[in-house]
Amino acid sequence: MGGVHPHDNKISRECAITPLPIAPTVYIGVSQHIGAPSVPCVAVGDKVKVGQVIAQPGGFVGAFIHSSVSGTVKSIAPRADLAGRATTHIEIAVEGDEWAEGIDTSDTLVTTIPDDPKAIIEKIKLGGVVGLGGATFPTHVKLSPPPGSKCERVIINGCECEPYLTSDFRTLLEKGEQVVVGAALLKKAMGDVPCTIAIEENKPEAIAHIQEVIAKLGYSGIDVMVMKMMYPQGGEKQLIDAVMHRQVGSGALPISVGAVVQNVATALAVYDAVQKNKPIIDNSVTVTGQCFPKQANLLVRVGTPLRYIIDYLGGIPADAAKIISGGPMMGRAVANLDAATVKGTGALLFLTEKQTKRAPETNCIRCGKCADACPMGLEPFLLNKLSKAADWDACEANAAQDCIECGCCLYSCPAHIPLLDNIRVGKGFVLSAIRARAAAAKAAAEAAKAAEAEKK
Amino acid sequence: MVNIIIWTIAVVTVLGLVLALVLYLVAQKFKVQEDPRIDEVEKVMPGANCGGCGFAGCRAFAEAAVKAPNLDNNYCPVGGNDTMAKVAAILGYEVTEKAPMVAVVRCNGNCEARPKVNQYDGYPSCYVKSLLYTGDTGCSFGCLGCGDCVNACQFGALSMDPVTGLPVVDQEKCTACGACVKACPKRIIELRPKGPRGMRMYVSCINKDKGPVAKKACASACIGCGICAKTCTHEAITVEANVAYIDPAKCKLCRECEAMCPTGAIHGVNFPKPLDKEAIKERIKVRQQKAKEAAEAAKKEAANE
Repeated sequence: MGGVHPHDNKISRECAITPLPIAPTVYIGVSQHIGAPSVPCVAVGDKVKVGQVIAQPGGFVGAFIHSSVSGTVKSIAPRADLAGRATTHIEIAVEGDEWAEGIDTSDTLVTTIPDDPKAIIEKIKLGGVVGLGGATFPTHVKLSPPPGSKCERVIINGCECEPYLTSDFRTLLEKGEQVVVGAALLKKAMGDVPCTIAIEENKPEAIAHIQEVIAKLGYSGIDVMVMKMMYPQGGEKQLIDAVMHRQVGSGALPISVGAVVQNVATALAVYDAVQKNKPIIDNSVTVTGQCFPKQANLLVRVGTPLRYIIDYLGGIPADAAKIISGGPMMGRAVANLDAATVKGTGALLFLTEKQTKRAPETNCIRCGKCADACPMGLEPFLLNKLSKAADWDACEANAAQDCIECGCCLYSCPAHIPLLDNIRVGKGFVLSAIRARAAAAKAAAEAAKAAEAEKK
Repeated sequence: MVNIIIWTIAVVTVLGLVLALVLYLVAQKFKVQEDPRIDEVEKVMPGANCGGCGFAGCRAFAEAAVKAPNLDNNYCPVGGNDTMAKVAAILGYEVTEKAPMVAVVRCNGNCEARPKVNQYDGYPSCYVKSLLYTGDTGCSFGCLGCGDCVNACQFGALSMDPVTGLPVVDQEKCTACGACVKACPKRIIELRPKGPRGMRMYVSCINKDKGPVAKKACASACIGCGICAKTCTHEAITVEANVAYIDPAKCKLCRECEAMCPTGAIHGVNFPKPLDKEAIKERIKVRQQKAKEAAEAAKKEAANE
């Protein structure tokens, strides 16, 4: 259902992943994932090594954060992130590159899969693995389905449907073996269910390579599925629909239809965490754009300031008007170049003024293109109106909360109406209303319980 | 031919009479008893239907006012005391007088004091902008300048100043309905008492960052230094979370804090004379000197005893 077909612009597809020299100072944020911010467990002046835990999970939905460098903790203080919001960062001055004990830094491929699923999930948790497809949801939480639900298929998401991005493609090509072992680990962790690696048809080299690797490693129950080229094919719910022909209901989780979706980069991180004891300390970042002369896929240590990456590649081109963190469809414009990368940083995209300038808004001609394009089956033109009228009840009745903010409506609108901007407003109000209702219901239930207990 | 016309007239007349009777009987049977005072109250309301009173419109306010045992919780900020006196007369309640309020913009970070550090070219709405990031200046508390408050104002009392990039309140038109207060995602706008002859003092900044951070982002930010609180002899100023706040109930409009503020974050408006900083500073100096001397004298006396 829905979707658009923007030009894929994968101009950095030939650039192999190369490690970026370590920055002199890194700033590691404590909220790099969805959920409670982590709690720093080092003090100013402490010496840390690469891979050492520097922050503990702050709640059930939380993740360990490890030092990505070796050096001295200089400060633990608020610092502006990509959007300028001040969050706690741990500043580490780099001294050498000494790794913590127990981490296997060799290149040998470990293909033996541990027998105990619980041990795998525990190691994933200790490795601080979060979903690297963009949402950064802690992986160990995703792999622990609520009681009563059962996983029937693990899907490894190698679609990379966002234009420009090539880091997942390069990972599949260069670290195919590790990704497949990671997939086998995830499959084992979910109770030996079948596993599908979904790759879009515009990456034939990756498809052939992964098929070869699966045959070579001899794992059973892992197959490759070639997906049609469409944005957002890599959206979790869209991918489940395409692979399993099942639709995830409004407000439900993928596990409700028996699916667990993990990104290619997450599968690699799972391999590192389980087989090599290596936590997430780096991730591959695509640096690209038509106006950017030096295309690259870089292996960047977590917490590297964006300015350092850009300076390494020759600085900001003169005709660049906007820098986007992520892809052109869902990425966010960078307001602060001094912000540091996080685990989920996937790309830096440079766009010229011509590429980013919005055309002036005109009247809706009721062509229905937005409704055709919406991959969630919503009616963006209607939600736009309801949101502008501040009718949040009607927004909820028309499922504004199901919007995945993919931007297809905005992309397809011939009248250049800022549909997504307005729908996002409505979605925000609806979600807070839903949360308030849930909290009120919980409080009422607890009060009733307390009253009953008192009676007894 | 004539026959047909006569018959037509007769039939339509009889039909009309019968239906009129039916309508009359139905109206009698299903008559809704409504307090006639609701209509009377509604007539004296301003009719803006702005929702400033907390009800959906003037009619809803009238219904609530008639039902309520007194007017304590129902007040029309738009109509003010005059309207409420009329409402009270209709309903036979006591009049509850309230000090007239006005919207005050608590940000004075104009383009010069608060330079832009990036450029926003997204959808021009403060709410959308605030969802995306902290704004195009270094201050994450200040005005976003897209004019959500201007759009929310039904009375044309707000406008964006193209020079400063900040909203300006026309105090003659402002009815203190509070629509702008709700519309501002940064919660910059506050309703404050208009004050005697419109004279009022307020801190035009809500930046909660520590002094150096706030100052770096905006030259006219409140840095929470507390000089104003120390200067104030009426205990009207409190500094909390690095921001000063002037309690309008305690403020005596002496303007000493305004003269002493190092960044100019404290504003006094509608005063007949311009602020004479030096004179006030001199006055404070003399007073502090006297207090010091008195304290020393008291100390000596205590020592002598």
